[in-house]
Amino acid sequence: MSDATLSFEEAMEKYDPVLGFEVHVELNTKTKMFSSAPNVFGDEPNTNVNEVDLGMPGVLPVVNKTAVESSIKIGLALNCKIAESCRFARKNYFYPDTPKNFQTSQYDEPIAYDGYLDIELEDGTVFRVEIERAHMEEDAGKLTHLGGSAGRIQGAEYSLVDYNRAGVPLVEIVTKPIEGAGSRAPELAKAYVAAVREIVKNLGVSDAKMERGNVRCDANVSLRPHGRERFGIRSETKNVNSLRAVEHAVRYEIQRHAAVLDSGEPVIQETRHWHEDTRTTTSGRAKSDADDYRYFPEPDLVPVVPSREWVEEIRATLPEPPAERRKRLKQDWGYSDLEFRDVVNAGVLDEIEETIIAGATASVARKWWMGEIVGRAKNADVDPGQLGVTPATIVELSKMVEAGKINNKMASAVLDGVLAGEGTPAEVVEKRGLAVVSDDGPLLEAIDAALAAQPDVAEKIRGGKVQAIGAIVGGVMKATRGQADAGRVRELILEKLGVTA
Amino acid sequence: MAAINRDDVAHLARLAHIEMSAEELDRMAGELAVIVDAVKSVSEAAGDGVPATSHPIPLSNVFREDEVGHTFTAEQALSGAPDSDADRFKVPAILDED
Repeated sequence: MSDATLSFEEAMEKYDPVLGFEVHVELNTKTKMFSSAPNVFGDEPNTNVNEVDLGMPGVLPVVNKTAVESSIKIGLALNCKIAESCRFARKNYFYPDTPKNFQTSQYDEPIAYDGYLDIELEDGTVFRVEIERAHMEEDAGKLTHLGGSAGRIQGAEYSLVDYNRAGVPLVEIVTKPIEGAGSRAPELAKAYVAAVREIVKNLGVSDAKMERGNVRCDANVSLRPHGRERFGIRSETKNVNSLRAVEHAVRYEIQRHAAVLDSGEPVIQETRHWHEDTRTTTSGRAKSDADDYRYFPEPDLVPVVPSREWVEEIRATLPEPPAERRKRLKQDWGYSDLEFRDVVNAGVLDEIEETIIAGATASVARKWWMGEIVGRAKNADVDPGQLGVTPATIVELSKMVEAGKINNKMASAVLDGVLAGEGTPAEVVEKRGLAVVSDDGPLLEAIDAALAAQPDVAEKIRGGKVQAIGAIVGGVMKATRGQADAGRVRELILEKLGVTA
Repeated sequence: MAAINRDDVAHLARLAHIEMSAEELDRMAGELAVIVDAVKSVSEAAGDGVPATSHPIPLSNVFREDEVGHTFTAEQALSGAPDSDADRFKVPAILDED
């Protein structure tokens, strides 16, 4: 059964959306949050587990110091305050993904709180998202539902559980209610999750691959009539795990809520499941007394008390924030807004920076990556950075062009040769015989022939109509099959005819 | 008497997946009320200058270095499981999926 929806435009006319996000970030520590079992993705089931992960009686958790450090890094990067003291709590629930029957999390004392993130939308508008808290917890095991309709819990006969993921360190980042985004709410949702992913990747604390579940988003949406202060009832769409899906899920929920409110019914506070295939959500379950998690302080763990010295030490190691880096690079490189946005959207910022460091100018680096490499990568269906073009190759190619050894058209062919594994640019030029004819001998012969073939043109040039030279240059280029340096040809023709340009 | 009644006990029993008879609910309501009252006396002993604590030992920052230790084989991990399949724990389908 699919739910009624209003068009997005109509929903926006009538209602004001309020958003909220819970983003879970899996840390890339070597071991788990509370046990020394490896934190590795993709291994054989139930091989990265020990007695702590399996919740055996009498075992004791011990906190992973690196995971705490990573959490502080995330907190600092989100402009949060780092708690003077914080503790863990038990979140009690029965579900086979957690063998302990509770998740060790933080409740009333998160490690980081009261932060913000400035989110830049595509047109440059900056929107501040307030961060409520970022707290440490552990991931759960992975369930596979079998029997009945495959993969769905409804009708499943049994489930198989792999606890390799159980106990993997997580940081959950919770926003305050986000108001005032209006019709840009879906775009903001996507940009926010993208920014969080970029930050944790830049910090080096997470692999940040959404397709692997390293970054997972629960999106809260509610609507209220324009002008009303009180929030509407929200839905929470779980596990929206791609940037595109975040945008679509928020848009869909806005349209669905609007239709519910229009019909005079109350919105039900419930979890919703996102379906990528239909780009819709379906009802999960309503809030009930099963949500009484009976949090209480974890008696097996002592408080985490990050000294101010430790926090400052960590702060000193933080890399430049991605947004600031972009601002700096744009200024350094002198690209226009549009040029820079294209570079960012094409995902070649790092590559261009490396190419410039390797010795190319900013405009040459951009010309190569945007003009030559991005298109090839698209055809090969890989990221530009994975195509195998090194900064050194580009620098060598551009030097050859500048020195007049090859022209731009040849350089493109040389790049093809390099990518086909024919060797360095110099080797490809050699093997393919691509060098511009720079020996004046053969050029002069070709010029003589071209002048003889078009005596009237030669006469015009002699008479001062230098712009007519194109016809002669063209003849020479044709005769040398494009392998001549057009600039040099022009010089030689003028010399020959005794004309000064 | 502490504010814990029969309904509270029934609620807790449901959350904890414990089946309790009417008789047991009555008895537990009484016993738990006494226990809660006893614990309450702590708040009388502690003055304003004593901060609330969740741990009896004055320790903090007990950490482990991020170094890989021992793991089980899948066979060992599953050795106590009532049922398993394909190196994974096999459990009944649970419908109230989160």
